[in-house]
Amino acid sequence: MIQRPSRLQRPNAQIALGGLTGIAALTSVLIIVLMLVFLAIYAYPAIRFNGLGFFSGTIWNIGNQYGSGSVTRNGFSAEPGAVFGAVVFIFGSVATSSLAMIIAVPFSIMVAMALVYRVHPRIRPIANALVELMAGVPSVVYGLWGMVVLVPLIARLPGAGSGNGLLAATIILALMVTPIMVATIRDVVLAQSATIFEASMALGGTSWQAVTRAVLPSVRGGVVASVLLAFGRALGETMAVLMVCGSAINSLPQNIYQPVNTIAAVIVSQLESALTDSSGMAQRSLAELAVVLFLITLAVNIIARVALHGADRSEGQ
Amino acid sequence: MIWRSAFNRLWWTISILCLLAAIAILFIVFAFVAIRGFPALHPEIFYTVTSGIAGGLANAIAGTFLLVSVGLLIVTVVGLGTAIWIVEFAPPWGKSTVRFAIDILSGVPSIVVGYFLYVALVEALGWGFSLMAGALALAIFMLPYVVRSADIALSKVPPAIREGAFALGARPAMVVFTIAFPWAAPGILTGLLVATGIGVGETAPLIYTAGWSNYMPTLAPTHSPVGYLTYVVWTYISQPFAKSHELAYAAALLLMIFIFTTNLLARSFLEYSLSSRGRR
Repeated sequence: MIQRPSRLQRPNAQIALGGLTGIAALTSVLIIVLMLVFLAIYAYPAIRFNGLGFFSGTIWNIGNQYGSGSVTRNGFSAEPGAVFGAVVFIFGSVATSSLAMIIAVPFSIMVAMALVYRVHPRIRPIANALVELMAGVPSVVYGLWGMVVLVPLIARLPGAGSGNGLLAATIILALMVTPIMVATIRDVVLAQSATIFEASMALGGTSWQAVTRAVLPSVRGGVVASVLLAFGRALGETMAVLMVCGSAINSLPQNIYQPVNTIAAVIVSQLESALTDSSGMAQRSLAELAVVLFLITLAVNIIARVALHGADRSEGQ
Repeated sequence: MIWRSAFNRLWWTISILCLLAAIAILFIVFAFVAIRGFPALHPEIFYTVTSGIAGGLANAIAGTFLLVSVGLLIVTVVGLGTAIWIVEFAPPWGKSTVRFAIDILSGVPSIVVGYFLYVALVEALGWGFSLMAGALALAIFMLPYVVRSADIALSKVPPAIREGAFALGARPAMVVFTIAFPWAAPGILTGLLVATGIGVGETAPLIYTAGWSNYMPTLAPTHSPVGYLTYVVWTYISQPFAKSHELAYAAALLLMIFIFTTNLLARSFLEYSLSSRGRR
């Protein structure tokens, strides 16, 4: 008996599958290009209007919406008195994320080392699962906990004010990036063969020396990449930071307790007021902020991927 | 010598304490949400809608379900298509380009995705706050997780089986659907489950795409805002009323329960499939 070949065997099916999946793959690539180009074109009037003042000004003011006339710069106009300076937000993003990394990097390395070398292999899957659950907790839940538990705790410190501010945002961010870093550092260390650890022990070192002087240096590239990826994540984190940062406008923090604001948080908190700007310049300036955040995270991620790639190559040998 | 071993023990103790602290933080956050949220989980919140500062969560639960379902539908088609192309059809430069793009996409901040779709779909195309805008935002955000896990799962199909099929005269489409897919199914499903958990917990990309609605979501793709659980957590906790706080905690608890369940399911699923395959 001769069976008719399946439709999947027809030449047309090969062309169709190759073509359709190719379109899907193209979509994935195009989304990134489209987002960047679209936001940049939309922000263009703001880029021209704000000029370099965007990167040197600390005042964000959508202007007098009830006044008459308008201000025009470089051929683009906004409401009278409108100024859009992003220093407060750029500083806030970089400051909260960097401080969070200062706490989270040593902490995550410690946790990852305990997971790899001190947790019994039979318990390790449970510990791993818990770390991954920690990564799965939604941003708003961390924000909720931060608002209700952490911020009042910080407010009790002398001179801390309301508690909403740089310190609260930093702690929440550190908590949020820790599981991501633990998982990646754990994986690069586990992927490294055990010989380095054992050889180092055989030379007469203690186990901690073996880890810090032999194992960790040998996976340097992977660790750097995981730190950069986590840094990128922290820069883009929105909701949890928004809920505890105190949403500073027009002022830089004078100490670690004072309110800050980040690019991601301000896009959420300022859009409603930006929509009232009849000239539309406030909305376009928010798009300029989004482009800046996009480019910063893009740069951090590309460096991280290159580091990871280089690490794969040199550590694979 | 004694100092050396004492030092060694000290560092390892600190390391283990850090691990315990990390796990303790998870328990503290979960216990906090559970203790505050559990008493607020009245049965009626599942069938009443939010009204101003109080009411139930029916609209938010239905909205989250709808947004994530439509988002998953989109991301399954595009994500699996992308992964199949990478594994089966792509030339080497295509493979590395798309993989790189997916890696980069996973690093794009969610609020940037949200703001882009707000300007492009909600405003420029005039869709208004809507199901489609919100679902697309979630789909873009979930895409890297789905593509990566499907890519890995499809790449792990043993070459011997794949080549055997080709040697018997099978063509790529046949191999994809009858050999590669069944083999890679657990890995692909795990990726979809993880993506579901991530989609359910997202807020930032939805605020200016799905909007918010106090009514049950309609199935209209555009011009009809949709409510969702994370929005309740974010806004109701800032209201000065005990009733609205209760709803925020209840919503947070529902989110945690759902995400923990999908994560654990995904995990046990993957481990089960790995162990059963090992025995074969």
